[in-house]
Amino acid sequence: MMIDTSSDRSGRAVYVGLDMGSSRSKVVVIDDAGQMLGHAVKKSGTDFSKTAKACLDSALEMAGAEFRDIVHAVATGYGRSNVAFVTEENKTEIGCLARGGHHYFPEAITIIDIGGQDNKIIKVDAAGHRLNFKMNRKCAAGTGAFLEEMSARLDVSLEEMNFLAREAREMIKLGSYCTVFSATEVLESIRNGKNVNDIVKGIFYSMIRRVLEMDSLTDRVVVTGGVVAHNGYLVEMVSEMIGRSVLLAEHPQMVGAVGAALYARDGKNSAGATTSKVPSTGD
Amino acid sequence: MEAGKGIRRKKIQATDLMNKVMSDYFYNLNEAATSGKQKVAWCTSVGPAELLRAMGFAVHFPENHAAMLGATRMSTDLIPEANSVGYSPEICSYLTADIGAWMKKITPLSKAYPGIESVPKPDVLVYNTNQCRDVQDWFSWYSKELGVPAIGISSPKNVVEVTEGHIDDVARQIEALIPTLESIAGNKLDMHRLRETVALSRECSELWKKVLETATASPAPLTFFDGTIHMGPAVCLRGTREAIDYYNVLLAELEGRVEEGVAAVDDERLRIYWEGMPVWGRLRQNSDLFAGLHTSVLASTYCSSWIFPSFDANDPIRSMAKAYLELFIVRSDAYKEKYIKGMLEKYRIDGIIYHDAKTCPYNSNSRYGLPQRVETETGIPCLILSGDLNDLRCVSDEQTKTNIEAFVEQLQESK
Repeated sequence: MMIDTSSDRSGRAVYVGLDMGSSRSKVVVIDDAGQMLGHAVKKSGTDFSKTAKACLDSALEMAGAEFRDIVHAVATGYGRSNVAFVTEENKTEIGCLARGGHHYFPEAITIIDIGGQDNKIIKVDAAGHRLNFKMNRKCAAGTGAFLEEMSARLDVSLEEMNFLAREAREMIKLGSYCTVFSATEVLESIRNGKNVNDIVKGIFYSMIRRVLEMDSLTDRVVVTGGVVAHNGYLVEMVSEMIGRSVLLAEHPQMVGAVGAALYARDGKNSAGATTSKVPSTGD
Repeated sequence: MEAGKGIRRKKIQATDLMNKVMSDYFYNLNEAATSGKQKVAWCTSVGPAELLRAMGFAVHFPENHAAMLGATRMSTDLIPEANSVGYSPEICSYLTADIGAWMKKITPLSKAYPGIESVPKPDVLVYNTNQCRDVQDWFSWYSKELGVPAIGISSPKNVVEVTEGHIDDVARQIEALIPTLESIAGNKLDMHRLRETVALSRECSELWKKVLETATASPAPLTFFDGTIHMGPAVCLRGTREAIDYYNVLLAELEGRVEEGVAAVDDERLRIYWEGMPVWGRLRQNSDLFAGLHTSVLASTYCSSWIFPSFDANDPIRSMAKAYLELFIVRSDAYKEKYIKGMLEKYRIDGIIYHDAKTCPYNSNSRYGLPQRVETETGIPCLILSGDLNDLRCVSDEQTKTNIEAFVEQLQESK
């Protein structure tokens, strides 16, 4: 059963953003002021709806809120149409990243988002308007999928890669655009006895190059997404490669979900009633 | 933002008549080829069709056949056949789909038109490289396969202004085709008949232009997706009375829509220009996606490429040369930019989508900075979509959807 919960809240009104990515699902709960009260991230798996529910439960618990406190929710990401149990309203991840990125850095920015399946470069003006955006072509180069493939080839976990790259003394260079050809280059380096740390640094470098060549950048650059959230060294490399510091939100992986939550907050009508469908507990 | 489900563009009533016109065209072609009563010429889409018709050939357009392979989603399975004999997946997927279909001995014509078993076997293959070099390679393959001559016109490229020198060159090449065609046709070229054919092509072109220009109205009465279907007679039957009769009917319907304020896309909120090839296997899907977003893709370079203002019955061969040279695809980026800017203004466009077709560099105008230059000068935002005309292995539906939805969001938020 879907209800309007405006008169039946346990505590303060909250807004929910759900970013259902191809690799990870992220849920954020914010208040009227846009403050993050709770958040959760889980592997998306094969059942987006179930994962979204689990994330929502965790994020609400962290926020000290209940289902009925949700005024409005907006979904984004690859599985944005699979969360009808909480909302049928959705926005593209490009819109949500722009909204979330500008929330943290209210100035003219370029957002570089490195996701599991795709990456994006989004330009936003000082007023928060999207100027343009670019997504990667139908190719894994520069995406989290590229890192996953390389971690499998090197037989090191994704979690280890940041540490290994930081320890590198040199860097092997990967010349190929194609993930499969890059993997062949990696195998060649292994066969030639190259240090794994140097190979991983080369993989990071290759990945960043593929992203940076997609578009020009404005002065202020914000990096977001799960890959940068878990690989601080990669962020440092981005900064080094573009010759200036980059901006990082407190939770880089959550920026899209925050944007969705802000859209949810802004989408409520003046009386505070929701325009989306929010379930009662146990619905 | 997600497209509203079940919202479709409004059907054009003249479609049934067009289907009849195209059906007659294909059955006549088949009759010509199977009975031997009429010689058959294959012609590239902006090749010298007027000359061929005037000499009595039944004319088949392999590019039209290849588009049918794409629209019926047969192409992706056929392309690898041509790949396996050395025609790369990186080259024109019209070529590879069409040759693949020939190798597999299948054609969408058989399903659409019972009784037709094959594309019409040619007596001669006539190309014009104003489209691209691939058409010559395409016809060369058939020439060897079928043992029929492939003759044609080599057009200049990147033409800024069409000069008398260009026209002299192409006119001489057209004239040079005549003796070979006469010997195959078994009769002499009748200049009076050529003048008549050119006059009919001119009339067809003018009507097609008027059809497309009905979309300058708000709301637009037709979309790019309608255009890709209804251009059939302009491609296959220019130089005939049938095409003219059809476009008079279509134009009357669309002008009626304009008068009554009938929109092709309900509640038209945004107006989009499409630059590049259609994604033939995704026409319905893309049309529904835009319609659900209340966004009308209402004008395109592609559909407008069959407008030939220079055809002149008083000077048939030189005017044919001029018309074929003025084609958008032959022109320089400087010309293309000016042309696109004119179209954006004429159709009051909110945003422009460039289709970067993986296997068609000639029709992908997003690879040399043109979108960025046009956007800077006009302030009209653009989106570049990666895809292909016929090879669906190069198309990502999810990325296409996200890109289009995000672009529409961006345009709406800036309105």
